[in-house]
Parts: sequence; structure tokens; C-alpha cells
Amino acid sequence: MYNVHNTAGMNTMTIIEATGLTKTYRSKSGPVHALAGLDLSVPRGSVKALLGPNGAGKTTVVKMLTTLIRPDSGRAVVDGIDVVADPKAVRRIIGVSGQYAAVDENLTGFENLEMVGRLYHLGASESRRRAQELIDLFELTAAGNRPVKGFSGGMRRRIDLAGALVINPKVLFLDEPTTGLDPRSRIALWNVIKRLVADGTTVLLTTQYLEEADQLADDIVVVDDGRVIAEGTSDRLKAQIGGHRLEVALVDAGAGASEAARGILARFGDGEPTVTSDGRGLEVAVTDGPRALQLVLAALGDAGIELHDAGMRRPTLDDVFLTLTGHKADKAHGAADDDTLDSKEAVKTR
Amino acid sequence: MSAISTTLPSWNPFSRWYSDGWTVTKRNLIKIKRSPDMLVFAVIQPVMFVLLFSQVYGGAIQVQGTDYTQFLMAGIFAQTVVFGSTFSGSAMALDLKEGIIDRFRSLPMSSSAVLIGRTNSDLVLNTISMVIMMATGLAVGWRVHSSPAEFLAGVGLLLLFSYAFSWVMALLGMSVKSPEVINNASFLILFPLTFVSNAFVPSDTLPTPLRIFAEWNPVSSLVQAARQLFGNEGTAPVPDIWTMQHPIQTVLIGITVMLVVFVPLCIRKFASISSR
Repeated sequence: MYNVHNTAGMNTMTIIEATGLTKTYRSKSGPVHALAGLDLSVPRGSVKALLGPNGAGKTTVVKMLTTLIRPDSGRAVVDGIDVVADPKAVRRIIGVSGQYAAVDENLTGFENLEMVGRLYHLGASESRRRAQELIDLFELTAAGNRPVKGFSGGMRRRIDLAGALVINPKVLFLDEPTTGLDPRSRIALWNVIKRLVADGTTVLLTTQYLEEADQLADDIVVVDDGRVIAEGTSDRLKAQIGGHRLEVALVDAGAGASEAARGILARFGDGEPTVTSDGRGLEVAVTDGPRALQLVLAALGDAGIELHDAGMRRPTLDDVFLTLTGHKADKAHGAADDDTLDSKEAVKTR
Repeated sequence: MSAISTTLPSWNPFSRWYSDGWTVTKRNLIKIKRSPDMLVFAVIQPVMFVLLFSQVYGGAIQVQGTDYTQFLMAGIFAQTVVFGSTFSGSAMALDLKEGIIDRFRSLPMSSSAVLIGRTNSDLVLNTISMVIMMATGLAVGWRVHSSPAEFLAGVGLLLLFSYAFSWVMALLGMSVKSPEVINNASFLILFPLTFVSNAFVPSDTLPTPLRIFAEWNPVSSLVQAARQLFGNEGTAPVPDIWTMQHPIQTVLIGITVMLVVFVPLCIRKFASISSR
């Protein structure tokens, strides 16, 4: 543990500081660089999202910061404590909720939380009191005394999240908190997380969904191939890729109409229009979606160009990647990473 | 949110270790209580084995100086504790698969608590099996022909062996990819190990290669030790090798070696595992 004085000095502003983290896994097809020199800095009291596709290394970062795996090289400090040198001290101040609900199926919701309290050394009566409090807070009162086995996916996630909050952690880690949840449970969980954030808890979350990062985080870090490729507020990131994507499909796919439509889209959009992935339409990034849609439709109407379909949608992770890297997020390479498994559960939302 | 301070009570390391181990033990015991299949494994299977062997083979197998039921019981005890310990392995593998290990590892608990809890609760399970087998044995005519102290020493030796062997299996459980691997592997390895021994038939009835294997088999020493301590030996000559002539010492050495080697290995392994 070097630099004790320095870290103590800087920790008023930054609670997580990671520099040059690397991790290489061996696999049958050769070494896989899960992390290739990742730097990360999270200000105290802020919410930061790591955004990236499967296999980008997001889970590896979280596992390192929560002391579950050791970096091959690099250094990470949480609240001034080095995660490799003193993992137990780190564990005393963090809460973790992973990609797969880490709860005991055979215990009831209450028993799960009570056990976690005992293992944080809260003492017997305090553990029980806190477990009950969290059951109530997470609206699990009706299910709290049934084994988790019978819980729905959303309820499991809530118990898991409650487990991360048995102490009021200084830093809360949420690894893909809503992967695999239906849209309703996702929004319910978002609301729970937003309430926590309002209390000033520092949160580091990972997600594959731009919308989730946008909803929850102050700052977004885009991760690809174990590196940070972009970083900034969600507004800045959106300004870079556009707030919405505007899509039109033409009746007459001939070159004339197509060129005219392209010109109109370019006039109202940000940047160059592109052919949509199905090859039958055109799309362009726009800042103010509804307004741009009205203008584009009016201009296309004036030009006498007929449409099959028109609409706007929120940018997806693919759009972010296409803009930032020139390739799509779900690329073929680098697939043998730590979070390949979650592709089975991934639910695409728009 | 309520105001819980993050400064936690600072107990001394020993009471923390004890409390963490007990918390995990309790969790495992609740699990056993709520999974009927595990109780079937622990309760019905031993009863069935005692009844099958004593009633089906009992008439056909001759043992010098005693009857088959007396001879059999120590063998069945040994087999049951050996198989019972494999549960530690599959349970560790299952915990790893289900992700609860990541929860445990992210908590400031003692680094050995999960393993202590695992092996403790399996000791409880094995003790329950033993009691039920003994009751069944007594019902079909098994009798202890030794002093109460020797009897207790025999029970203690069997349970200690099962406890030490649990650590071996726990390490395996943390090293495999799925709980099924442990179940299959233990079937392939432990069936020959328990059957090619003196547990169910006197080893001198076996063909030479198997007889030599059976005589050196550590399970045979365990069975021999239990037979001696329960006074169920009969008059057949004991093979003239040190491990069979001194079975109690052999088993104690085996237990010590397993604990000394595998407890540290398990704790080290646990510090680096993470579910995927």
C-alpha cells in the first residue's frame, strides 16, 4: 500500500480510481484480453454507467473493484483502499448486486437478508431489523417469508439489490441490474435505483442499454474490447450520436427519389444519412426527434416522395458503436469473454 | 433509507470466525430441511442399504466367527460416510453455479466461513444418517460387543473421517464446472473404492489383484477400525500389512493428512473462485 497520504487527500472528490487495469483469460482459441488497460474515475456521490456490449469487459471491471478477481496489472482504489492489498476493508463499505441474482433459493427473502446482515457483522437483532426494513422498502412484504425459489425474476432482483443495501454502502455496484427483466419490472427497478441515487449513494452500474444508462447515470463510460472508448455526460454522448434516429422507407426505391430523400434528411438531421440495416430505407441522427420528423415529412410531401413507413426511435448501443467505432456492437470477435453468458438472457429494447 | 452507520462492531477475530461459520452452517441446514431429496438421500438410502444387504446377501455370505449382519454394519457405515461427504463437493459446485459464492465473497466475512459452514452441515447430515442406520441395524440384529467408550470412539472415528473427506470433496467441487461432474465422478471413483474393500465381503475371498487392492484400500482400514471398536470382527485373520494391523492409527493418520493438506488448499482456492 503506497501513497497512503495521497489517496487520503484525493478521496474527498473521487471515490473510485482505477488505472491501467488488465486481465487476460486463457481460452482454447488463445488468450482473451478481457481488460486491456482500463482507466476509471468515479466522483463521490455520482452515478456512473459502464456501457458496452457483451464481452466488452464490464463485468470484469466490477469483479475487480468488488475484490472478486485480481487484476493482472494496474491498480484500483475504492474510498482510498487498495482492492488487492486490503480486500476485506473494501468489502466492508460496498454493496454488490450482480448480473445473476446471488440469492439462496431455499431461504426466504427475509432469511437471505438476515444472513447477509450477520455476515456484515451487524449483530443478530440489528440484522433482523434491517432485513424487515428492506423487505418493506422493496415491497416484498407478501413474499418475504416464502423461499426465493418461487419468486419471479423481478422479485429475485429486488431481493438481490436489497442484499447489496443491508449496510448503507459507500459505493453500490450494479452489474446489469435489469438484464433479463420484462419492461415493467425493469422500470420498477429503475425507480428503486433512482430513489437510492437521490440519497447520494455513489453507484457504478453496467448496462447494455443506452436508455438505461441515460435514465440512471450522470456520466457514461463506453467500453469496448476492455478499453474506454468514450466518456462523458449522457447529454454529450447523445449530442454526439443524436437524440433520436429518424427512419423513412420509400415507396419508389429508384435513384431519383432516393437522392431527393437523402438530401431532405441531411438538411434536417445531424450528419450524413445512412441506409437502414434492412437496406430498404434511410435513417439519420436528429437532436430533436418529433420536430425533425414533422419537418422531414412536410418536406418529403412537398417534394412528392411517397412513403411506406416513417418514424423515429431512440439510438441503440449499435448506433453508439457505429458512430464511435465504425463497427456494430455485436461483432464476431472477442466473444469468449467473461460476460458472454448473458447473451442468452439479453433482451433488446428500444 | 435508515441511518445505519458503516462502522461495524469490532469483535475479536475468533468470535467473528465462529459467528460467520455458524451463519453459513445454519443456512445450509435450512436448505437441507427444505429439500426433501436430500433428506431421502440421508435417511431412506441408508435404511435401504442396511435392509438390502443384511436380508438379501445375509444368508449367502459366510463370515468366520460371526454372522453377516454383525460383519456388514461397519462396512455400511463407512460406505455411507464416504458417499455422504461427496455432498460437500456437489453443494460447493452448485453454490458456485448459482452465484451465491460471489455474494459471500463480496462480504467482509471470514475467508473460511463458507467452507466451515459447508463441512459442518454435512457432518450434521452424516450424523443423522449414522443414527438412522444404527437404529435400523439394531432392528435387524446388529449388536455392539464392546465398551461404551469403544463404541463412541468408533462413531467418532467414522464421523471425523467423513468430516476430513468433506474438505477433499469441497476442493473438487470448487474445481469442476458443474455439480453433475462431482456426482458422476464420485460414482465412478467411490463405488469401486467402497466395494473393492472389506466393507461387504471379507477381502480374502477376492481374486488376487482385487484382494491386494482391497487390503491397501484406505476404506478397508476405516471399516476394520470400526469393526474393532464395535467388537464385530469375527475370527478371520487380518491381512498382515501395517495399515490393516493398525487400522485406528491408519485412519487417524489419514484424517490428519486430509485436514492438513486440504483445509489450506480449500481456503486458498476459495479466495480466487468466482461464478461465471
